[in-house]
Amino acid sequence: MTSAGFVLAAYGVILGGMGLYAALLARRLRIARDTVRRNNVDLPE
Amino acid sequence: MKTRILGFVALAAVIGAAVNGLFVVPADLNQGDAQRIMYVHVASAWIAYASFGVTALAGLGYLIRRDLRLDALALAGAEVGVMFTAFAIWGGMMWGRPVWGVYWQWEDPRLTTTALLLALYIGYLLLRRLTDDPARRAARAAVVGLIAAVDIPIVHFSVLWWRGLHQGPTIGDPSKILNPSAPLQFVLALLAMLAAFTLVWAYLLIRRYQLARLEWQLEEDARRGLVQTARLALPGAAAAEEPAR
Repeated sequence: MTSAGFVLAAYGVILGGMGLYAALLARRLRIARDTVRRNNVDLPE
Repeated sequence: MKTRILGFVALAAVIGAAVNGLFVVPADLNQGDAQRIMYVHVASAWIAYASFGVTALAGLGYLIRRDLRLDALALAGAEVGVMFTAFAIWGGMMWGRPVWGVYWQWEDPRLTTTALLLALYIGYLLLRRLTDDPARRAARAAVVGLIAAVDIPIVHFSVLWWRGLHQGPTIGDPSKILNPSAPLQFVLALLAMLAAFTLVWAYLLIRRYQLARLEWQLEEDARRGLVQTARLALPGAAAAEEPAR
């Protein structure tokens, strides 16, 4: 692999990884918020 | 809303710093394009230190004040720190292969202590799964977070204390802050990347902290028996409540 290939691999994994983690975090937050909201709506009498 | 704006600012900053590091700053005379990896590699390592510092300080704060919000902050620091440590290791491997001729060398103190740092904080995250009691979990995690933080200065100063493949600090050494061993253009590009990564770090830390608070709330709900899914899982019980016709 050339130097440019290693540079691409480094930047791709690091920047792509940050983006992926941010997206997964947003999804987990949305699911958790929905669940908390549902729990509060469905409180037993 | 403010956090969302921070996210967009962080995204723009990272794109700008990456374009600068990849296309604007000239390649190094000796290392060529491979040196461009330094900007993301070093920034990732510094952010990892900061993350684990947050975990240690928040853990210490929890032990003093017994406030679970501090435990949520410690968890956020650890998870984000593990990710940035993995990025620092990955960037180092991609830089090491074209420059040193090897991806990894266990004899190098910087590499080995960084791998140990990653293992310690993965252990920290696993430890948190051992108990459902929030107070016990927070106290155990705080102690482990403080012990693991001892490795942070060892990683940082390992290049000064022992000999290895890894180069010494470019600007991290106090004597080099005003006289860095790299050209000013490279140092400015590194500082720009560090600033951009700091914005991303702040955004991720806030989001992970918010998630930790929600997870704690869900645990509380489950403990009090308020979760609707528990009732749905027992349809016979629901039918028994209906009056006989």
